Amino acid sequence: MGKRVLVIEDEPNIIEAINFILSRDGWGVDTHSNGHDAVDVVLAKAPNLVILDVMLPGRSGYDILKDLRAHPQTAQLPVLMLTARGQNKDRDMAQRLGASRFMTKPFSNAEVLEALRSLVPQ
Amino acid sequence: MPQGQLTGTRIREKRIAKRVRQADLALRVGISASYLNLIEHNKRRIGGKLLVAIAAELGAEPAALSEGAEAALISSLRAARVAFKGSSADLERTEEFAGRFPGWADVLARAHDRVGQLEHTVETLTDRLTHDPHLAATLHDVISMVTAIRSTAGILAETRGLEPEWRDRFHRNINEDAERLAQRSQALVAYLDGAGESTADVAAPQDELDSFLAALDWHVPALEGLKPKDVAQDIIAQILAQAQPLQSEAGRFLAREWLQSYALEAAELPLQQVQDWVQDNAPDPVQLAAHFGVSVPVAMRRLAALPEAQAGPHGAMGMVSCDASGTLVFRKPLEGFALPRFGAACPLWPLFAALSQPHVPLRRLVRQVGRDAQQFWAFALAAPATSVGYNTPPVFQAHMLLVPALSQAEQNAKAQDMGVSCRICPASRCAVRREPSILADGF
Repeated sequence: MGKRVLVIEDEPNIIEAINFILSRDGWGVDTHSNGHDAVDVVLAKAPNLVILDVMLPGRSGYDILKDLRAHPQTAQLPVLMLTARGQNKDRDMAQRLGASRFMTKPFSNAEVLEALRSLVPQ
Repeated sequence: MPQGQLTGTRIREKRIAKRVRQADLALRVGISASYLNLIEHNKRRIGGKLLVAIAAELGAEPAALSEGAEAALISSLRAARVAFKGSSADLERTEEFAGRFPGWADVLARAHDRVGQLEHTVETLTDRLTHDPHLAATLHDVISMVTAIRSTAGILAETRGLEPEWRDRFHRNINEDAERLAQRSQALVAYLDGAGESTADVAAPQDELDSFLAALDWHVPALEGLKPKDVAQDIIAQILAQAQPLQSEAGRFLAREWLQSYALEAAELPLQQVQDWVQDNAPDPVQLAAHFGVSVPVAMRRLAALPEAQAGPHGAMGMVSCDASGTLVFRKPLEGFALPRFGAACPLWPLFAALSQPHVPLRRLVRQVGRDAQQFWAFALAAPATSVGYNTPPVFQAHMLLVPALSQAEQNAKAQDMGVSCRICPASRCAVRREPSILADGF
């Protein structure tokens, strides 16, 4: 059974593109588009990796990451953070909260695939 | 009188026009010819009895010889000197400097004024980039659309044998994103253009409301003099229909709420009564409220609604209101007391002190630190913004009315220093500073 990734992102066409790329690469893909219940969805889906946008409706990606790291079930879960802001302070914040990787939008499809493969070897 | 001309020069011109010899004029006013020569070449200050005597001999008003462009120049030079506290330039010799080097003095005064304008522009721009949630959200949208386009275009370009249904779908997605991107980009450009000119198009609902109220001068004659039951929705609808700054439904909603509240308060306390009252009384909202039996916030808003020409000897008043989170929900600016367009204001404002002491009116003499600081009376009060219910704590709003402190004694009295917002506040030592200021040394 292939590895599963949960994409938490609010832009539908980014979700569709990532979904397509990862599915073709052999990943099982789940998607979610708001921050309110994102932690519950991660716990319920139990993916091998989470792609997490920073700016989400309802709750920021940083807050979600903080909760994931505080929960024993997801404390070690690989999380790739996506943000439209590439400033050092955002990168520092992501690292401090325990992000596994940090990627600035706009990114290439190859970059996303490379990041996922390095975080969760197939 | 030519721009920049000084008292000595005017005396000399007037004397020559009257065909009076320098030595004769000096003799008549009881000074030496060499001293008069120094005065005429602006190397000695002149004022008081001597100026009156010379003016009388020349058949001129003393003010005609000493006021106008020179006063403005001297005032500008003094302001330039005060702005640089560490400077060794002697403030007492400002007039002598202007007299001896009028051209350079004019350059310095203009440079000082220009620095002031540029500081204001940078304050506006930095304030936006740092604190403007609308700008941050719009940029996020733009970058997200670019990301979607890049990713989708990558799929189309790099996936061999892409099924027609997927290809069509991704083409459609790119087309949608490109259209949205074009719209958002245009809106963003229009929004950023607003930094340089306050009348430019704006996009955030609160911005729309502020522009709408500024266009009305916070005063709506069509809603004055109505009885509460007559508050006609059609008048409000008519005003809204003609309001150019209101572009969004959210902006129109805020404006409608404001107009309805204005109409009810205009019926409760007619502006004519407020206008008559401020002719003979200090514009104190607590006294006004007690006199007419209205709430203090209503009294504040009615005072702030007075146009400049009807506001009595104190002139137009400013006002700002915030909700319980400290977010500014109403702004009527007043020259000399800047209000932040975005982000949080200075926590030292009596407005916020009022929030921690609900129902207790505060009255403080205040001034904003920085160039050409003026002093104001700030009246502040926090009052419930919601109706009272059993076992339901009210939600408070705080209001602050700003009245210029006009008398010399008030201007000289010790006032509480405060800023606009931390990012653009020049105060070097402040116990409540949230973040460093961009107006540090060297800027």
